[in-house]
Amino acid sequence: MLNALKDVYSVLWVDLRNLRRHWRSTLATSLVQPILYLVAFGYGLGGGINVGGVSYLAFVIPGIVALTSFSASFNGAASKLQVDRFFYKSFDEFLMSPVSLYSIVVGKALIGVVRGLISSGAILLVGFILSPTLMVNPLLLLVLFTSCFVFALFGVLIALVINSHQGMSTFSNLVMLPMTFLCGTFFSLSQLPEAAKAMLYVLPLTHSSESVRAAALGQPFPWLSFLALLGFGIGFFIGCIVALKKASV
Amino acid sequence: MGEFIVTEKLTKFYGTVQAVQDLDLQIHSGEIFGFLGPNGAGKTTTIRVMTTLTKPTSGSVRINGFDVVNEPDKVKNVIGVVQQHLSLDRDLTVRENMEFHARLHHLGAAERKKRISELLEYVELADCANRMVDTLSGGMKKRAAIVCSLLHEPKVLFLDEPTVGLDAQGRRRLWDLVRRLNLDGTTIFLTTHYIEEAEALCHRVGIMHHGHLIALDTPEALRKKLGAVAVETLVDNKETRYRFFADRAAAARYVQTLPPNAGTVIIRDSNLEDVFVEQTGEKVGGA
Repeated sequence: MLNALKDVYSVLWVDLRNLRRHWRSTLATSLVQPILYLVAFGYGLGGGINVGGVSYLAFVIPGIVALTSFSASFNGAASKLQVDRFFYKSFDEFLMSPVSLYSIVVGKALIGVVRGLISSGAILLVGFILSPTLMVNPLLLLVLFTSCFVFALFGVLIALVINSHQGMSTFSNLVMLPMTFLCGTFFSLSQLPEAAKAMLYVLPLTHSSESVRAAALGQPFPWLSFLALLGFGIGFFIGCIVALKKASV
Repeated sequence: MGEFIVTEKLTKFYGTVQAVQDLDLQIHSGEIFGFLGPNGAGKTTTIRVMTTLTKPTSGSVRINGFDVVNEPDKVKNVIGVVQQHLSLDRDLTVRENMEFHARLHHLGAAERKKRISELLEYVELADCANRMVDTLSGGMKKRAAIVCSLLHEPKVLFLDEPTVGLDAQGRRRLWDLVRRLNLDGTTIFLTTHYIEEAEALCHRVGIMHHGHLIALDTPEALRKKLGAVAVETLVDNKETRYRFFADRAAAARYVQTLPPNAGTVIIRDSNLEDVFVEQTGEKVGGA
């Protein structure tokens, strides 16, 4: 177990080195979108609206935090892995080392977790200043960490199964963009018809934004959504292992 | 000399495309073995199976007694691999790349430091240790890739087309490094489609063609089998014909029999390229 953890760190180490060199631009890029959303939706559109007893700003900030954990973690893990596979061609080096596939998957996901936590943490900080009704508590941190991990594993999986940059951008437009707007980030799912709701609960970001929002606003916590999120994480992890085993056939 | 790598009836299909067929090969401990063949002959596939990256369709490979499919971890500890394409993280320095490989191979902090500085001296990259990989010349990048594969002191080093894209100086320097590694006890398995590289470096060569091993011996013996002396005749200024003879006397006798208008005639020592062309009816390099 200890050795597996050391291996995980070895895999993460090289990506951390990379991040250390580029952290300013990485952080800046990942903050542009959420800040735009915050301004456009939080202030522009939602100035006077109330959602379920809280101001729209207080409602939307946790959604944007969840969204940031999604996009920063997913992209952080997926883009570095794709670069390793297709640009540096260094990914085989991991596979030819004595490090197990499990450690490779977790290590490769962790760079996404690190980037997701930095970016969503920054947005959380901004949100906290703008809307004092938000609560930062251990539950929120747990949910945030879990979200980042699940989405980073998602990123690793997609980077392993999609074999071209073209495919990645198709995926990002067909799957990630709709998720960004639909998964309970900007509006409450309770307004939707049952069928639409059922469809959106199939997507992991819905569970993440509901959990983050409940934790941040001190509302009753949707443990079922949290469990669903964990379930997605396990599913993505298994998917990664299967994809890696298939790659060596 | 023990057999360090043994393949038995190694076969690999990609879908319905056959990359390697029934390959039986023994690599001796301590030799430099050259795997020759045009692009697509099955060289890289063979290396990928030997280095645990790809599973064989059938047949087996044992390295140092360990099966590559069933005991990959034991195999990984004794092999070092330098891929055809550069596989370094180009956003890191040479030293960082080395440290990364050392970590992946479980070297402790003190050992890492010691090994890295020793090896940097060994491949003459000590001055460039803290330079970003992207700023190095082609030959330096290749040496950096080799040095990364040496950190865990592998017993066999796989070099897939190690000198493609290098200039003449870079190539010779790399050859010297390969020889030095071999003298210091590392078995070398290299693929190349440069015939002169195999002639300059290898104790034995195997020639692959369409997934089959069609010749296997020392370069000297392969030449002798074909005929140590070659006669090239340029016919009508457009087509070159080749004949091979055991010695110069026999070649000279043949030249005497040629008609006076035979065109340019060259008598020279035969080489591995002749062997390959005669065996396969093709020029190496897919021309």
